[in-house]
Amino acid sequence: MNYKTDIVQVSGRGSAETGASHWFGERLKSVALIPLTIIFICIIAPLIGADHSTVVGSLQSPVKGFALIIFFLVTLKHLEEGLQVVIEDYVHTRGRVLILIKLNKLFCWTFGLVAIFAIAKITFAA
Amino acid sequence: MANEAKGKRPLSPHLTIYRPQMSSVSSIFVRISGVALALGFVLVIWWLLAASISIPYFEFINGIMTSWFGAIVMVGSVWALCYHSLGGIRHLIWDMGYGFDLKTSDRMGWCVIIGSFIFTIIVIYYSGALS
Repeated sequence: MNYKTDIVQVSGRGSAETGASHWFGERLKSVALIPLTIIFICIIAPLIGADHSTVVGSLQSPVKGFALIIFFLVTLKHLEEGLQVVIEDYVHTRGRVLILIKLNKLFCWTFGLVAIFAIAKITFAA
Repeated sequence: MANEAKGKRPLSPHLTIYRPQMSSVSSIFVRISGVALALGFVLVIWWLLAASISIPYFEFINGIMTSWFGAIVMVGSVWALCYHSLGGIRHLIWDMGYGFDLKTSDRMGWCVIIGSFIFTIIVIYYSGALS
């Protein structure tokens, strides 16, 4: 038996807790990704299909490496949050939602960290 | 009690009852292109990883990316990236509370669709794939 009043049971459990900052953080990352995506395209697009020495030579610039690492960090978080919303919207079984959210986190962080590792290895292996 | 009734309760009419509208269709494609970009994200990271490991491995990935299949995925990813970015900007405008009237909303939808193709061509041209 729960003797707490209704208001005590729900207070601090909804968007009143961290919902607004979470929402704002999502938008902030989206805005940050506008210039970052343009930078990413400018760096990567000319290298697709190029040979190994051209790609590595171009990416050995610390400025490019740093920009790409920032891009991949923000992108992996944006991807994680975006895919989580998709999971929450279309999967209706609670257990499945929780498992998929964890798998989503694992997927995004694995690829994001692999990207950062690869860029760091190329940039600093001069 | 609540579980017994679950699944038997009538649901209110949902998306399927509406005629597709400019804003709803162009909005769902932001989501679809976002999910599809996860694949492009993985491919580019795989390519970067290969470049950092060895030349033969890089050439293997490069072969996949420059094949006809890779080219379709790459062009598709560029389009999805352009569409997702432009559609995302429209959602940011909506989030700030502007552009909700039908005329502006429809116009922004067309800008996103046409703009995505224009930007795709610009990026492909810039990448040097056409030369």
